[in-house]
Amino acid sequence: MDSNHQSNYKLNKTEKKFLRKQIKARHTLLRHEGIETVSYATQSLVVANGGLGNGVSRNQLLPVLETCGPVDALLMPPNKPYSFVSYKTAEESKKAYVTLNGKEIVDDLGQKIILYFNFVEKAQWKELGLQALPPGLMVVEEIISSEDEKMLLESINWTEDTGNQNVQKSLKHRRVKHFGYEFHYENNNVDRGKPLPGGLPDICDSILEKWLKEGHIKHKPDQLTVNQYEPGHGIPAHIDTHSAFEDEIVSLSLGSEVVMDFKHPDGITVPVMLPRRSLLVMTGESRYLWTHGITPRKFDTVQASKGHKSGIITSDVGDLTLSKRGIRTSFTFRKVRQTPCNCSYPLVCDSQMKATPPSFPESEREASQLEQEYVHRVYEEIAGHFSSTRHTPWPHVVEFLKALPRGSLVADVGCGNGKYLGINKELYMIGCDWSQSLVDICRERHFQAFVCDALAVPIRGGACDACVSIAVIHHFATAERRVAALQELVRLLRPGGKALVYVWAMEQEYNKKKSKYLRENRMSQGKEEEVSSDMPGPELLVEQVPDTGHKEPACRMPSVSDFQEGGRNSREVTNSKLPVHTNRTSFHSQDVLVPWHLKGNPGKDKPAEPFGPGGSHDPSPVFHRFYHVFREGELEAACQTLSNVRVLRSYYDQGNWCVILEKV
Amino acid sequence: MKLLTHNLLSSHVRGVGPRGFPLRLQATEVRINPVEFNPDFVARMIPKVEWAALLEAADTLHLVEVPKEPIEGYEHDEKFLRKMHHVLLEVDVLEGTLQCPESGRLFPISRGIPNMLLSDEETET
Repeated sequence: MDSNHQSNYKLNKTEKKFLRKQIKARHTLLRHEGIETVSYATQSLVVANGGLGNGVSRNQLLPVLETCGPVDALLMPPNKPYSFVSYKTAEESKKAYVTLNGKEIVDDLGQKIILYFNFVEKAQWKELGLQALPPGLMVVEEIISSEDEKMLLESINWTEDTGNQNVQKSLKHRRVKHFGYEFHYENNNVDRGKPLPGGLPDICDSILEKWLKEGHIKHKPDQLTVNQYEPGHGIPAHIDTHSAFEDEIVSLSLGSEVVMDFKHPDGITVPVMLPRRSLLVMTGESRYLWTHGITPRKFDTVQASKGHKSGIITSDVGDLTLSKRGIRTSFTFRKVRQTPCNCSYPLVCDSQMKATPPSFPESEREASQLEQEYVHRVYEEIAGHFSSTRHTPWPHVVEFLKALPRGSLVADVGCGNGKYLGINKELYMIGCDWSQSLVDICRERHFQAFVCDALAVPIRGGACDACVSIAVIHHFATAERRVAALQELVRLLRPGGKALVYVWAMEQEYNKKKSKYLRENRMSQGKEEEVSSDMPGPELLVEQVPDTGHKEPACRMPSVSDFQEGGRNSREVTNSKLPVHTNRTSFHSQDVLVPWHLKGNPGKDKPAEPFGPGGSHDPSPVFHRFYHVFREGELEAACQTLSNVRVLRSYYDQGNWCVILEKV
Repeated sequence: MKLLTHNLLSSHVRGVGPRGFPLRLQATEVRINPVEFNPDFVARMIPKVEWAALLEAADTLHLVEVPKEPIEGYEHDEKFLRKMHHVLLEVDVLEGTLQCPESGRLFPISRGIPNMLLSDEETET
């Protein structure tokens, strides 16, 4: 009896292995994904290895799970190697736990996958907010018949000689052929003076005429790029060069469907299903501002429900599965632009970037416009990425805030993502910033913050016991405006109140010591900590915007008289074009544009082949922020022009000039 | 936006000066966010509050009655401090407007964030 009992419970070698793997899966889920499993039976299980990210599709997994009872819900998050299943009763889930652990299934690529099951309290997945298609984007389904599709596909002869008039190339990730004009991948543009003989294939003519008549397109294209993608091929995220093509760009998907990813500079990604025989129409914002690309992979995550065809792949994890890619051929029609682009997205527009490099402002109005364009708008665009690199408070600022008396009212003017607002719980801190996006982040962190201009702060005069202005004043374009910003800061203080001001220093090497900003050059890959407010993140080391080499001719120290005489600036302005600073190098000029490389790692991801078929801008756009970097003594001199303050202390801190003021 | 924050805000429309205070509050959505009670902290806030402005704001929101002025020895009056803690720190205006009492300019409050940006014309000197 005893021995019999024992043998019932003695695990064989395989069972022991499965148990070990099951425990291992439990640890991995907790450690890497934060998914907590429980040791008692519930109705829900997490299925390790049974996920879309592992090549397991819904229709493979579901029948296996249903052998233990009707499945209430199967949540398959995109790109994850696990899924969640809920049964109607704990009995059924227990059965699955016992019988399916170690179950082997074959994935869509024919590889064996072993499933491991663990109980979870609840099958749940954090849903992303509902997304909308990028503005100006449209997908027209079934735009052509199967017969026309066949004809178009057959009209492209991929085997002909490359010496042929219509240039054909085999890029790393796809085959491509051009008609009308050749698209040059070296400069991502076309040669307007050299149309290809023969123009577009005749077969396209009637189709294009039809689209025009039906209103799907407004202009007749004169350039065609045909791309052929095998499963596993892709195209890097890009924006079709603004100066090369007109607004409307359309792309016909033939042979197979595919999911195309659209990305906004803020970081939002919208995956869009392009069904077979559909037409993608990109105009306006979706054409000019969003990048589009196809991830090289063999399966796409798609909507499982039948009714869903074109459009956004939602994040409803109860309705996702995998779709195997086939050979897709795209016909991308564009109209070559004859005049420079004048879109409303100058920050990503090559025509406008080259055409109008900003000048040093000659008037108050120009200064305000320069700040609007090269400070406010840029922060609005880069807010998300900027904030993600701004989580380490600077020690001396923290010190200042911690030393304030309990119960002080403190304003942080130019608070950014609010990293100082929660430093000292014994203070009542309010933050303000020009950027709505950054203030939104403060609010999400439950801080008191509002949107305003640092030149007109809506706080009653004398209300604050202290103020901080960290890395803000250097964004004002004229000496008067910088003084006015200091004046406004001081206005908020009660008599005896203190203000801490930080600005970026011209001198990035001081007392023979290089600032962290310079030292970070070519080191600290993957290090996320910031060292200067203005330090673009470590992923931004690759330079794309060359320094114009503009050297400052005059290097005299500013004096109080510069401000008193209303001198516009300490520099002698001769050539008024603003130079572009090279990140992590010394400054050659006090008034500069500092590049911000938005997101991504352009250096690493750059494929061997140039971007294609529309050519591209860099997938990580570069934004320029205006800075006036301060020379030694300049900040104090500016403060001394204010009648009602005393400079308590001034110091240099990691490439910044800093003062502590007291209102008298 | 907490009422303590409202108490610090003032209209900055050019030329308005001290007459820009207090901003008239209109709320369409208010939430109560529990905040840990720190009697010492609240007591330190009391003398910094512009009382008339707080009364007006609390009144528009139909909040529990706020005393006409800080009562004698409030530092040790827990009942009073708790009430003020609630009014100043827990009441959160999510949607509504702030209006400059002098110029009538309206500033929106959306998702708890007042937008106090002025146009160039409004600030130009």
